[in-house]
Amino acid sequence: MANTKAIDKKTVEHVARLARVNLSAQEIGIYKKQLADILEYINKLGKVDVKNTLPTSHPIGKMKNVFRKDNMKKSLPVEDVLRNAPNKKDSLFIVPKIIG
Amino acid sequence: MKNYEVVIGLEAHVHLLTESKAFCGCSTKFGLEPNSSTCPVCLGLPGSLPVLNEKAFLYAIKTALALHCKIQNLIKFDRKNYYYPDLPKNYQISQYDMPLAYDGVIEIESQESKKKIRVKRVHLEEDAGKLMHEAEKGVSYVDFNRAGVALLEIVSEPDIHSPEDASAYLVNLKAILKYLKVSDCNMEEGSLRCDANISVRPEGAKALGVKAELKNMNSFKAVRDALSYEAKRQIDLLAAGEKIQQETRLWNEARGLTIAMRSKEDTQDYRYFPEPDLVPFTVDKNKIDQIMRSLPELPQAKKKRFISDYSVSEYDARVLTREADVSDFFEATIKTYNNPKEIANWLLGDIASLLNARKVSIAKTKLKPGHLAEMLEMIHSEEISGKIAKEVLPEVFENGLSPKEIVRQKGLKQIKDSGELTSIIELVIKENEKSTNDYKAGKKNALMFLVGQVMKKTKGKANPKILNNILKNMLGGK
Repeated sequence: MANTKAIDKKTVEHVARLARVNLSAQEIGIYKKQLADILEYINKLGKVDVKNTLPTSHPIGKMKNVFRKDNMKKSLPVEDVLRNAPNKKDSLFIVPKIIG
Repeated sequence: MKNYEVVIGLEAHVHLLTESKAFCGCSTKFGLEPNSSTCPVCLGLPGSLPVLNEKAFLYAIKTALALHCKIQNLIKFDRKNYYYPDLPKNYQISQYDMPLAYDGVIEIESQESKKKIRVKRVHLEEDAGKLMHEAEKGVSYVDFNRAGVALLEIVSEPDIHSPEDASAYLVNLKAILKYLKVSDCNMEEGSLRCDANISVRPEGAKALGVKAELKNMNSFKAVRDALSYEAKRQIDLLAAGEKIQQETRLWNEARGLTIAMRSKEDTQDYRYFPEPDLVPFTVDKNKIDQIMRSLPELPQAKKKRFISDYSVSEYDARVLTREADVSDFFEATIKTYNNPKEIANWLLGDIASLLNARKVSIAKTKLKPGHLAEMLEMIHSEEISGKIAKEVLPEVFENGLSPKEIVRQKGLKQIKDSGELTSIIELVIKENEKSTNDYKAGKKNALMFLVGQVMKKTKGKANPKILNNILKNMLGGK
Protein backbone atom coordinates (compact mmCIF):
# COMPACT_ATOMS: atom_id res chain seq x y z
CA MET A 1 0.00 0.00 0.00
CA ALA A 2 1.26 3.42 -0.83
CA ASN A 3 1.84 5.74 2.10
CA THR A 4 -0.39 8.64 1.25
CA LYS A 5 0.45 10.82 4.22
CA ALA A 6 1.30 14.21 2.80
CA ILE A 7 4.43 16.00 3.93
CA ASP A 8 3.20 19.32 5.24
CA LYS A 9 4.99 22.19 6.94
CA LYS A 10 4.16 20.79 10.39
CA THR A 11 5.70 17.41 9.57
CA VAL A 12 8.91 19.06 8.35
CA GLU A 13 9.09 21.12 11.53
CA HIS A 14 8.52 18.02 13.66
CA VAL A 15 11.23 16.03 11.90
CA ALA A 16 13.59 19.02 12.16
CA ARG A 17 13.01 19.28 15.90
CA LEU A 18 13.61 15.54 16.38
CA ALA A 19 16.93 15.96 14.55
CA ARG A 20 17.71 19.14 16.51
CA VAL A 21 18.05 21.13 13.27
CA ASN A 22 16.97 24.77 12.93
CA LEU A 23 15.33 25.48 9.60
CA SER A 24 14.44 28.83 8.03
CA ALA A 25 11.04 29.27 6.37
CA GLN A 26 12.72 28.94 2.99
CA GLU A 27 14.47 25.70 4.00
CA ILE A 28 11.22 24.24 5.28
CA GLY A 29 9.82 24.75 1.79
CA ILE A 30 12.83 23.04 0.20
CA TYR A 31 12.70 20.04 2.52
CA LYS A 32 8.96 19.72 2.21
CA LYS A 33 9.42 19.07 -1.48
CA GLN A 34 12.50 16.86 -1.08
CA LEU A 35 10.94 14.70 1.63
CA ALA A 36 7.79 14.31 -0.43
CA ASP A 37 9.88 13.22 -3.43
CA ILE A 38 11.75 10.65 -1.33
CA LEU A 39 8.55 9.23 0.11
CA GLU A 40 7.01 9.00 -3.31
CA TYR A 41 10.05 7.10 -4.53
CA ILE A 42 9.99 4.73 -1.56
CA ASN A 43 6.27 4.19 -2.01
CA LYS A 44 7.00 2.45 -5.29
CA LEU A 45 7.82 -0.52 -3.09
CA GLY A 46 4.14 -0.65 -2.16
CA LYS A 47 3.36 -1.74 -5.69
CA VAL A 48 5.55 -4.83 -5.51
CA ASP A 49 3.64 -8.08 -5.16
CA VAL A 50 4.89 -9.70 -1.90
CA LYS A 51 2.23 -12.40 -1.63
CA ASN A 52 4.85 -15.13 -1.83
CA THR A 53 7.67 -13.36 0.00
CA LEU A 54 8.44 -13.95 3.68
CA PRO A 55 9.08 -10.84 5.82
CA THR A 56 12.80 -10.13 6.09
CA SER A 57 13.91 -9.17 9.57
CA HIS A 58 17.56 -8.82 8.64
CA PRO A 59 19.53 -8.33 5.44
CA ILE A 60 22.08 -11.05 6.22
CA GLY A 61 20.11 -14.12 5.20
CA LYS A 62 20.34 -17.02 7.59
CA MET A 63 23.11 -15.79 9.85
CA LYS A 64 22.01 -15.75 13.49
CA ASN A 65 23.23 -16.10 17.09
CA VAL A 66 26.50 -14.22 16.73
CA PHE A 67 27.88 -13.69 20.23
CA ARG A 68 31.04 -12.61 21.96
CA LYS A 69 32.19 -14.09 25.28
CA ASP A 70 31.88 -11.89 28.35
CA ASN A 71 35.56 -10.92 28.31
CA MET A 72 36.94 -7.51 29.12
CA LYS A 73 39.02 -5.71 26.55
CA LYS A 74 41.19 -2.65 26.86
CA SER A 75 39.26 0.59 26.53
CA LEU A 76 40.50 3.72 24.79
CA PRO A 77 42.86 6.04 26.70
CA VAL A 78 40.81 8.88 28.20
CA GLU A 79 42.90 11.46 26.27
CA ASP A 80 41.80 9.85 23.02
CA VAL A 81 38.18 9.65 24.12
CA LEU A 82 38.14 13.39 24.84
CA ARG A 83 40.39 14.45 21.95
CA ASN A 84 37.56 15.84 19.80
CA ALA A 85 35.53 17.29 22.65
CA PRO A 86 34.96 21.02 22.21
CA ASN A 87 34.69 21.41 25.98
CA LYS A 88 35.93 19.15 28.77
CA LYS A 89 37.03 19.07 32.41
CA ASP A 90 38.58 16.33 34.56
CA SER A 91 37.92 13.48 32.09
CA LEU A 92 34.32 14.64 31.59
CA PHE A 93 32.65 16.00 28.49
CA ILE A 94 30.97 19.36 29.04
CA VAL A 95 27.70 20.14 27.27
CA PRO A 96 25.20 23.00 27.62
CA LYS A 97 23.06 22.43 30.69
CA ILE A 98 20.26 19.93 30.23
CA ILE A 99 18.13 20.31 33.34
CA GLY A 100 17.84 23.72 34.99
CA MET B 1 -16.82 12.20 47.64
CA LYS B 2 -16.38 9.56 44.98
CA ASN B 3 -14.00 6.69 45.56
CA TYR B 4 -11.13 6.28 43.16
CA GLU B 5 -9.07 3.29 42.17
CA VAL B 6 -5.33 3.74 41.66
CA VAL B 7 -3.81 1.91 38.68
CA ILE B 8 -0.04 1.43 38.59
CA GLY B 9 2.33 -0.23 36.14
CA LEU B 10 6.04 -0.49 36.88
CA GLU B 11 9.03 -0.40 34.59
CA ALA B 12 12.16 -1.74 36.28
CA HIS B 13 15.65 -1.42 34.80
CA VAL B 14 18.29 -3.81 36.02
CA HIS B 15 22.03 -3.89 35.31
CA LEU B 16 23.08 -7.41 34.46
CA LEU B 17 26.13 -8.69 36.34
CA THR B 18 28.52 -9.07 33.43
CA GLU B 19 32.23 -8.18 33.39
CA SER B 20 31.98 -6.37 30.08
CA LYS B 21 29.30 -4.21 28.43
CA ALA B 22 26.43 -5.53 26.29
CA PHE B 23 28.02 -4.96 22.89
CA CYS B 24 31.73 -4.29 23.55
CA GLY B 25 34.54 -5.38 25.88
CA CYS B 26 34.63 -2.28 28.11
CA SER B 27 34.47 -2.90 31.85
CA THR B 28 31.15 -2.47 33.68
CA LYS B 29 32.86 -1.69 36.98
CA PHE B 30 31.24 1.09 38.99
CA GLY B 31 33.22 4.15 40.07
CA LEU B 32 36.03 4.11 37.49
CA GLU B 33 37.62 7.34 36.24
CA PRO B 34 35.00 9.08 34.05
CA ASN B 35 35.09 8.01 30.40
CA SER B 36 37.96 5.58 31.04
CA SER B 37 35.77 2.58 30.21
CA THR B 38 34.74 3.54 26.69
CA CYS B 39 35.68 2.45 23.20
CA PRO B 40 34.66 3.11 19.59
CA VAL B 41 31.64 0.79 19.94
CA CYS B 42 30.04 2.30 23.05
CA LEU B 43 31.02 5.83 21.95
CA GLY B 44 29.32 5.26 18.61
CA LEU B 45 32.41 6.16 16.55
CA PRO B 46 32.03 5.58 12.80
CA GLY B 47 32.85 2.11 11.52
CA SER B 48 32.45 0.30 14.85
CA LEU B 49 30.22 -2.73 15.15
CA PRO B 50 28.40 -4.10 18.21
CA VAL B 51 28.56 -7.82 19.07
CA LEU B 52 26.19 -9.19 21.72
CA ASN B 53 27.60 -10.40 25.05
CA GLU B 54 26.51 -14.04 25.37
CA LYS B 55 26.35 -13.93 29.16
CA ALA B 56 24.06 -10.89 29.12
CA PHE B 57 21.78 -12.72 26.71
CA LEU B 58 21.70 -15.89 28.84
CA TYR B 59 21.07 -13.88 32.03
CA ALA B 60 18.16 -12.18 30.29
CA ILE B 61 16.67 -15.52 29.24
CA LYS B 62 17.24 -16.96 32.72
CA THR B 63 15.46 -14.02 34.35
CA ALA B 64 12.59 -14.21 31.87
CA LEU B 65 12.10 -17.92 32.60
CA ALA B 66 12.20 -17.33 36.36
CA LEU B 67 9.42 -14.74 35.86
CA HIS B 68 7.39 -17.43 34.03
CA CYS B 69 7.65 -15.58 30.71
CA LYS B 70 7.37 -17.00 27.21
CA ILE B 71 10.51 -16.63 25.12
CA GLN B 72 10.24 -14.99 21.71
CA ASN B 73 10.89 -17.37 18.81
CA LEU B 74 13.01 -14.87 16.94
CA ILE B 75 14.79 -12.25 18.98
CA LYS B 76 15.93 -9.07 17.28
CA PHE B 77 17.18 -5.67 18.35
CA ASP B 78 15.95 -2.24 17.34
CA ARG B 79 17.28 1.29 17.41
CA LYS B 80 15.45 3.77 19.60
CA ASN B 81 16.37 7.19 18.27
CA TYR B 82 16.58 10.33 20.36
CA TYR B 83 18.98 13.20 20.88
CA TYR B 84 20.20 13.57 24.41
CA PRO B 85 23.79 14.09 25.57
CA ASP B 86 23.82 10.84 27.60
CA LEU B 87 23.48 8.86 24.37
CA PRO B 88 26.65 8.92 22.27
CA LYS B 89 25.18 7.20 19.20
CA ASN B 90 21.96 9.24 19.25
CA TYR B 91 20.17 5.93 19.40
CA GLN B 92 19.90 3.25 22.03
CA ILE B 93 20.09 -0.40 21.04
CA SER B 94 16.89 -1.79 22.51
CA GLN B 95 13.98 -4.03 21.57
CA TYR B 96 10.71 -2.70 20.30
CA ASP B 97 7.97 -4.85 18.80
CA MET B 98 9.47 -8.23 19.64
CA PRO B 99 10.78 -8.18 23.20
CA LEU B 100 12.96 -11.10 24.23
CA ALA B 101 10.22 -12.43 26.52
CA TYR B 102 6.59 -11.68 27.40
CA ASP B 103 3.56 -12.76 29.46
CA GLY B 104 5.16 -13.52 32.82
CA VAL B 105 4.02 -13.13 36.40
CA ILE B 106 5.35 -12.02 39.79
CA GLU B 107 3.50 -13.04 42.94
CA ILE B 108 3.16 -10.60 45.80
CA GLU B 109 1.67 -10.77 49.27
CA SER B 110 -0.85 -8.01 49.73
CA GLN B 111 -2.17 -7.68 53.26
CA GLU B 112 -1.80 -11.40 53.79
CA SER B 113 -3.56 -12.29 50.55
CA LYS B 114 -1.64 -13.30 47.45
CA LYS B 115 -1.83 -11.43 44.18
CA LYS B 116 -0.41 -12.14 40.78
CA ILE B 117 1.03 -9.18 38.95
CA ARG B 118 1.42 -9.90 35.26
CA VAL B 119 4.73 -9.13 33.57
CA LYS B 120 4.04 -7.67 30.14
CA ARG B 121 7.51 -7.86 28.67
CA VAL B 122 11.19 -8.35 29.42
CA HIS B 123 13.70 -6.92 27.01
CA LEU B 124 17.43 -6.43 26.72
CA GLU B 125 18.97 -3.06 25.94
CA GLU B 126 22.00 -0.92 26.66
CA ASP B 127 22.21 1.73 29.36
CA ALA B 128 22.91 5.39 28.60
CA GLY B 129 25.74 7.49 30.04
CA LYS B 130 25.57 9.51 33.22
CA LEU B 131 24.86 13.24 33.34
CA MET B 132 25.81 15.54 36.18
CA HIS B 133 24.38 19.02 36.22
CA GLU B 134 25.86 22.25 37.45
CA ALA B 135 22.99 24.68 37.13
CA GLU B 136 24.90 27.81 38.23
CA LYS B 137 27.49 27.39 35.50
CA GLY B 138 24.87 26.47 32.93
CA VAL B 139 26.65 23.22 32.04
CA SER B 140 26.19 19.47 32.33
CA TYR B 141 29.01 16.92 32.56
CA VAL B 142 28.91 13.62 30.70
CA ASP B 143 30.48 10.30 31.71
CA PHE B 144 30.00 7.49 29.19
CA ASN B 145 31.31 4.65 31.38
CA ARG B 146 27.74 3.44 31.93
CA ALA B 147 26.81 3.79 28.24
CA GLY B 148 26.46 0.32 26.78
CA VAL B 149 26.14 -1.62 30.05
CA ALA B 150 23.64 -4.48 29.61
CA LEU B 151 20.28 -3.46 30.98
CA LEU B 152 17.20 -5.61 31.38
CA GLU B 153 13.86 -3.82 31.26
CA ILE B 154 11.01 -5.56 33.06
CA VAL B 155 7.58 -4.06 32.48
CA SER B 156 4.51 -4.99 34.49
CA GLU B 157 0.91 -4.81 33.36
CA PRO B 158 -1.14 -2.12 35.16
CA ASP B 159 -2.20 -4.71 37.76
CA ILE B 160 -0.98 -2.85 40.83
CA HIS B 161 -3.48 -0.86 42.88
CA SER B 162 -1.57 0.66 45.79
CA PRO B 163 1.86 2.14 46.52
CA GLU B 164 2.39 -0.68 49.06
CA ASP B 165 1.77 -3.34 46.41
CA ALA B 166 4.15 -1.51 44.05
CA SER B 167 6.81 -1.75 46.73
CA ALA B 168 6.02 -5.43 47.40
CA TYR B 169 6.37 -6.15 43.68
CA LEU B 170 9.80 -4.53 43.61
CA VAL B 171 10.93 -6.30 46.78
CA ASN B 172 9.96 -9.66 45.26
CA LEU B 173 11.49 -8.84 41.89
CA LYS B 174 14.74 -7.86 43.59
CA ALA B 175 14.73 -11.08 45.64
CA ILE B 176 14.30 -13.17 42.48
CA LEU B 177 17.07 -11.31 40.63
CA LYS B 178 19.43 -11.75 43.55
CA TYR B 179 18.63 -15.48 43.87
CA LEU B 180 19.42 -15.83 40.18
CA LYS B 181 22.67 -13.89 40.74
CA VAL B 182 22.05 -11.96 37.53
CA SER B 183 22.20 -8.52 39.16
CA ASP B 184 23.43 -7.00 42.40
CA CYS B 185 20.31 -4.76 42.41
CA ASN B 186 22.20 -1.96 44.11
CA MET B 187 19.78 0.98 44.00
CA GLU B 188 22.39 3.45 45.24
CA GLU B 189 24.70 2.62 42.34
CA GLY B 190 21.78 2.60 39.92
CA SER B 191 21.90 -1.09 39.09
CA LEU B 192 18.17 -1.32 39.92
CA ARG B 193 16.01 1.60 38.84
CA CYS B 194 12.29 2.01 38.56
CA ASP B 195 9.83 4.21 36.68
CA ALA B 196 6.09 4.05 37.24
CA ASN B 197 2.97 4.76 35.23
CA ILE B 198 0.11 5.82 37.43
CA SER B 199 -3.47 6.85 36.78
CA VAL B 200 -6.69 6.93 38.78
CA ARG B 201 -10.28 6.18 37.81
CA PRO B 202 -13.64 6.27 39.57
CA GLU B 203 -14.23 2.95 41.30
CA GLY B 204 -15.96 0.52 38.96
CA ALA B 205 -14.94 2.38 35.81
CA LYS B 206 -13.60 0.22 32.98
CA ALA B 207 -11.53 2.75 31.02
CA LEU B 208 -8.12 3.72 32.35
CA GLY B 209 -7.56 7.32 33.40
CA VAL B 210 -4.92 9.61 31.90
CA LYS B 211 -1.56 8.47 33.21
CA ALA B 212 1.54 10.22 34.43
CA GLU B 213 4.97 8.65 34.12
CA LEU B 214 7.03 9.03 37.28
CA LYS B 215 10.80 9.05 37.21
CA ASN B 216 13.74 9.62 39.55
CA MET B 217 12.72 7.33 42.42
CA ASN B 218 15.92 5.98 43.94
CA SER B 219 14.69 3.69 46.70
CA PHE B 220 11.69 1.50 47.51
CA LYS B 221 10.60 4.18 49.95
CA ALA B 222 10.83 6.83 47.22
CA VAL B 223 8.64 4.65 44.97
CA ARG B 224 6.02 4.38 47.73
CA ASP B 225 6.14 8.06 48.62
CA ALA B 226 6.08 9.28 45.01
CA LEU B 227 3.12 7.03 44.12
CA SER B 228 1.18 8.07 47.24
CA TYR B 229 1.77 11.72 46.44
CA GLU B 230 0.86 11.33 42.78
CA ALA B 231 -2.30 9.29 43.46
CA LYS B 232 -3.54 11.99 45.82
CA ARG B 233 -2.63 14.77 43.37
CA GLN B 234 -4.59 13.11 40.57
CA ILE B 235 -7.60 12.29 42.76
CA ASP B 236 -7.71 15.88 44.03
CA LEU B 237 -7.62 17.20 40.46
CA LEU B 238 -10.44 14.91 39.31
CA ALA B 239 -12.51 15.64 42.42
CA ALA B 240 -12.15 19.35 41.66
CA GLY B 241 -13.46 18.68 38.15
CA GLU B 242 -10.10 19.30 36.50
CA LYS B 243 -8.30 17.28 33.84
CA ILE B 244 -5.08 15.32 34.17
CA GLN B 245 -2.32 15.97 31.64
CA GLN B 246 -0.43 13.06 30.19
CA GLU B 247 3.14 13.89 31.12
CA THR B 248 6.40 12.77 32.65
CA ARG B 249 6.91 13.90 36.24
CA LEU B 250 10.04 13.82 38.36
CA TRP B 251 9.94 12.80 42.02
CA ASN B 252 11.62 15.45 44.15
CA GLU B 253 12.74 13.60 47.26
CA ALA B 254 13.74 16.71 49.24
CA ARG B 255 10.43 18.49 48.68
CA GLY B 256 8.32 15.33 48.73
CA LEU B 257 6.43 16.05 45.52
CA THR B 258 6.36 15.33 41.80
CA ILE B 259 7.18 18.00 39.21
CA ALA B 260 6.18 18.02 35.53
CA MET B 261 9.25 17.39 33.37
CA ARG B 262 8.27 17.16 29.72
CA SER B 263 5.52 19.26 28.23
CA LYS B 264 2.95 17.79 25.91
CA GLU B 265 4.25 19.18 22.61
CA ASP B 266 7.56 17.47 23.35
CA THR B 267 6.03 13.99 23.25
CA GLN B 268 8.68 11.49 22.31
CA ASP B 269 8.90 10.10 18.83
CA TYR B 270 11.56 7.41 18.87
CA ARG B 271 11.36 6.29 15.23
CA TYR B 272 12.26 2.69 16.08
CA PHE B 273 13.70 0.56 13.31
CA PRO B 274 15.52 -2.80 13.27
CA GLU B 275 19.21 -2.62 14.28
CA PRO B 276 21.01 -3.65 11.09
CA ASP B 277 24.36 -4.16 12.89
CA LEU B 278 23.11 -7.14 14.92
CA VAL B 279 21.88 -10.43 13.53
CA PRO B 280 18.75 -12.09 14.95
CA PHE B 281 18.90 -14.57 17.83
CA THR B 282 17.03 -17.74 18.67
CA VAL B 283 16.99 -20.02 21.70
CA ASP B 284 16.03 -23.61 20.97
CA LYS B 285 13.78 -25.72 23.16
CA ASN B 286 16.69 -27.80 24.52
CA LYS B 287 18.52 -24.70 25.68
CA ILE B 288 15.37 -23.37 27.34
CA ASP B 289 14.85 -26.70 29.14
CA GLN B 290 18.48 -26.71 30.21
CA ILE B 291 18.22 -23.20 31.66
CA MET B 292 14.91 -24.09 33.34
CA ARG B 293 16.56 -27.04 35.06
CA SER B 294 19.45 -24.86 36.22
CA LEU B 295 17.19 -22.31 37.93
CA PRO B 296 17.78 -22.22 41.69
CA GLU B 297 14.95 -22.60 44.18
CA LEU B 298 13.25 -19.19 44.08
CA PRO B 299 12.04 -17.13 47.07
CA GLN B 300 8.35 -18.17 46.86
CA ALA B 301 9.17 -21.88 46.75
CA LYS B 302 11.76 -21.55 49.48
CA LYS B 303 9.30 -19.67 51.67
CA LYS B 304 6.77 -22.47 51.37
CA ARG B 305 9.40 -25.05 52.16
CA PHE B 306 10.61 -23.15 55.24
CA ILE B 307 7.07 -23.03 56.61
CA SER B 308 6.48 -26.73 56.10
CA ASP B 309 9.97 -28.05 56.94
CA TYR B 310 10.93 -25.78 59.80
CA SER B 311 7.54 -24.65 61.14
CA VAL B 312 8.52 -20.99 61.08
CA SER B 313 5.76 -18.39 60.75
CA GLU B 314 4.67 -17.03 57.37
CA TYR B 315 6.19 -13.66 58.27
CA ASP B 316 9.52 -15.12 59.41
CA ALA B 317 9.69 -17.29 56.30
CA ARG B 318 9.06 -14.30 54.06
CA VAL B 319 11.79 -12.17 55.63
CA LEU B 320 14.25 -15.07 55.85
CA THR B 321 13.88 -15.85 52.15
CA ARG B 322 14.04 -12.28 50.88
CA GLU B 323 17.79 -12.60 50.45
CA ALA B 324 19.50 -15.77 49.37
CA ASP B 325 22.44 -14.96 51.68
CA VAL B 326 20.18 -14.96 54.72
CA SER B 327 18.22 -18.09 53.81
CA ASP B 328 21.48 -19.94 53.08
CA PHE B 329 22.86 -18.84 56.45
CA PHE B 330 19.66 -19.98 58.16
CA GLU B 331 19.81 -23.45 56.67
CA ALA B 332 23.55 -23.85 57.26
CA THR B 333 23.04 -23.00 60.95
CA ILE B 334 20.22 -25.53 61.31
CA LYS B 335 22.61 -28.26 60.23
CA THR B 336 24.59 -27.93 63.45
CA TYR B 337 21.98 -26.48 65.79
CA ASN B 338 18.56 -27.85 65.11
CA ASN B 339 16.26 -25.17 66.46
CA PRO B 340 14.90 -23.18 63.50
CA LYS B 341 12.75 -20.86 65.60
CA GLU B 342 15.68 -19.71 67.77
CA ILE B 343 17.90 -19.23 64.75
CA ALA B 344 15.17 -17.24 62.99
CA ASN B 345 14.75 -15.02 66.06
CA TRP B 346 18.42 -14.15 66.13
CA LEU B 347 18.69 -13.68 62.37
CA LEU B 348 15.66 -11.41 62.18
CA GLY B 349 16.43 -9.62 65.46
CA ASP B 350 19.94 -8.83 66.65
CA ILE B 351 21.74 -9.96 63.52
CA ALA B 352 19.42 -7.99 61.22
CA SER B 353 20.02 -4.84 63.32
CA LEU B 354 23.78 -5.31 63.13
CA LEU B 355 23.57 -5.78 59.35
CA ASN B 356 21.36 -2.72 58.92
CA ALA B 357 23.64 -0.55 61.01
CA ARG B 358 26.65 -1.60 58.94
CA LYS B 359 24.76 -1.73 55.64
CA VAL B 360 26.34 -5.03 54.67
CA SER B 361 24.96 -8.36 53.57
CA ILE B 362 25.44 -11.29 55.93
CA ALA B 363 27.74 -13.13 53.50
CA LYS B 364 30.20 -10.22 53.67
CA THR B 365 30.59 -10.28 57.46
CA LYS B 366 32.91 -12.40 59.57
CA LEU B 367 29.93 -14.07 61.22
CA LYS B 368 29.61 -17.65 60.02
CA PRO B 369 26.73 -20.12 60.55
CA GLY B 370 29.03 -22.17 62.81
CA HIS B 371 29.46 -19.15 65.12
CA LEU B 372 25.73 -18.67 65.56
CA ALA B 373 25.19 -22.39 66.16
CA GLU B 374 27.97 -22.41 68.75
CA MET B 375 26.58 -19.35 70.51
CA LEU B 376 23.04 -20.76 70.66
CA GLU B 377 24.44 -24.02 72.01
CA MET B 378 26.18 -22.07 74.78
CA ILE B 379 22.91 -20.37 75.72
CA HIS B 380 21.17 -23.70 75.66
CA SER B 381 23.71 -25.31 78.00
CA GLU B 382 23.60 -22.22 80.24
CA GLU B 383 27.24 -21.37 79.69
CA ILE B 384 26.11 -17.84 78.88
CA SER B 385 22.80 -16.00 79.15
CA GLY B 386 20.90 -14.57 76.22
CA LYS B 387 21.85 -11.15 77.46
CA ILE B 388 25.56 -11.93 77.38
CA ALA B 389 25.09 -13.45 73.93
CA LYS B 390 23.88 -10.05 72.71
CA GLU B 391 27.26 -8.66 73.81
CA VAL B 392 29.21 -11.49 72.23
CA LEU B 393 27.54 -11.21 68.82
CA PRO B 394 28.95 -7.80 67.75
CA GLU B 395 32.43 -9.07 68.70
CA VAL B 396 32.05 -12.03 66.36
CA PHE B 397 30.94 -9.58 63.66
CA GLU B 398 34.00 -7.41 64.13
CA ASN B 399 36.82 -9.90 64.48
CA GLY B 400 35.44 -13.28 63.40
CA LEU B 401 36.55 -15.03 66.60
CA SER B 402 34.42 -17.91 67.80
CA PRO B 403 31.87 -17.11 70.54
CA LYS B 404 33.63 -19.59 72.85
CA GLU B 405 36.90 -17.76 72.40
CA ILE B 406 35.31 -14.35 73.02
CA VAL B 407 33.58 -15.62 76.17
CA ARG B 408 36.88 -17.07 77.38
CA GLN B 409 38.93 -13.94 76.62
CA LYS B 410 36.45 -11.57 78.22
CA GLY B 411 35.53 -13.86 81.09
CA LEU B 412 31.85 -13.77 80.23
CA LYS B 413 31.07 -17.30 81.31
CA GLN B 414 28.10 -17.65 83.63
CA ILE B 415 28.85 -17.90 87.33
CA LYS B 416 27.26 -21.14 88.42
CA ASP B 417 29.48 -21.70 91.42
CA SER B 418 27.25 -21.46 94.53
CA GLY B 419 30.11 -20.39 96.78
CA GLU B 420 31.08 -17.51 94.55
CA LEU B 421 27.47 -16.41 94.12
CA THR B 422 26.72 -16.72 97.83
CA SER B 423 29.47 -14.28 98.77
CA ILE B 424 28.24 -11.73 96.23
CA ILE B 425 24.64 -12.13 97.41
CA GLU B 426 25.70 -11.65 101.03
CA LEU B 427 27.30 -8.37 100.04
CA VAL B 428 24.19 -7.22 98.16
CA ILE B 429 21.92 -8.08 101.09
CA LYS B 430 24.16 -6.10 103.41
CA GLU B 431 24.13 -3.08 101.11
CA ASN B 432 20.36 -3.14 100.54
CA GLU B 433 18.85 -3.49 103.96
CA LYS B 434 15.61 -1.75 102.99
CA SER B 435 14.82 -3.99 100.06
CA THR B 436 15.73 -7.03 102.10
CA ASN B 437 13.25 -6.00 104.80
CA ASP B 438 10.62 -5.12 102.17
CA TYR B 439 10.89 -8.59 100.76
CA LYS B 440 10.66 -10.20 104.16
CA ALA B 441 7.58 -8.05 104.80
CA GLY B 442 5.95 -9.62 101.75
CA LYS B 443 6.87 -7.25 98.92
CA LYS B 444 7.72 -9.72 96.14
CA ASN B 445 8.96 -6.97 93.85
CA ALA B 446 11.89 -6.34 96.13
CA LEU B 447 13.37 -9.68 95.06
CA MET B 448 13.68 -8.47 91.47
CA PHE B 449 15.57 -5.43 92.66
CA LEU B 450 18.02 -7.57 94.62
CA VAL B 451 18.51 -9.91 91.64
CA GLY B 452 19.24 -6.85 89.57
CA GLN B 453 21.88 -5.71 92.04
CA VAL B 454 23.64 -9.08 91.90
CA MET B 455 23.53 -9.01 88.08
CA LYS B 456 25.05 -5.54 88.19
CA LYS B 457 27.93 -6.73 90.37
CA THR B 458 28.52 -9.78 88.16
CA LYS B 459 28.07 -7.83 84.91
CA GLY B 460 25.12 -10.02 84.02
CA LYS B 461 27.05 -13.24 84.38
CA ALA B 462 25.21 -14.80 87.33
CA ASN B 463 23.20 -17.88 86.42
CA PRO B 464 19.65 -16.63 87.03
CA LYS B 465 18.25 -19.93 88.29
CA ILE B 466 20.99 -20.58 90.83
CA LEU B 467 21.02 -16.94 91.88
CA ASN B 468 17.27 -17.00 92.53
CA ASN B 469 17.48 -20.16 94.59
CA ILE B 470 20.33 -18.99 96.78
CA LEU B 471 18.81 -15.55 97.27
CA LYS B 472 15.41 -16.93 98.27
CA ASN B 473 17.05 -19.37 100.65
CA MET B 474 19.14 -16.71 102.32
CA LEU B 475 16.16 -14.37 102.70
CA GLY B 476 14.16 -17.21 104.13
CA GLY B 477 11.66 -17.04 101.31
CA LYS B 478 8.63 -19.23 101.24
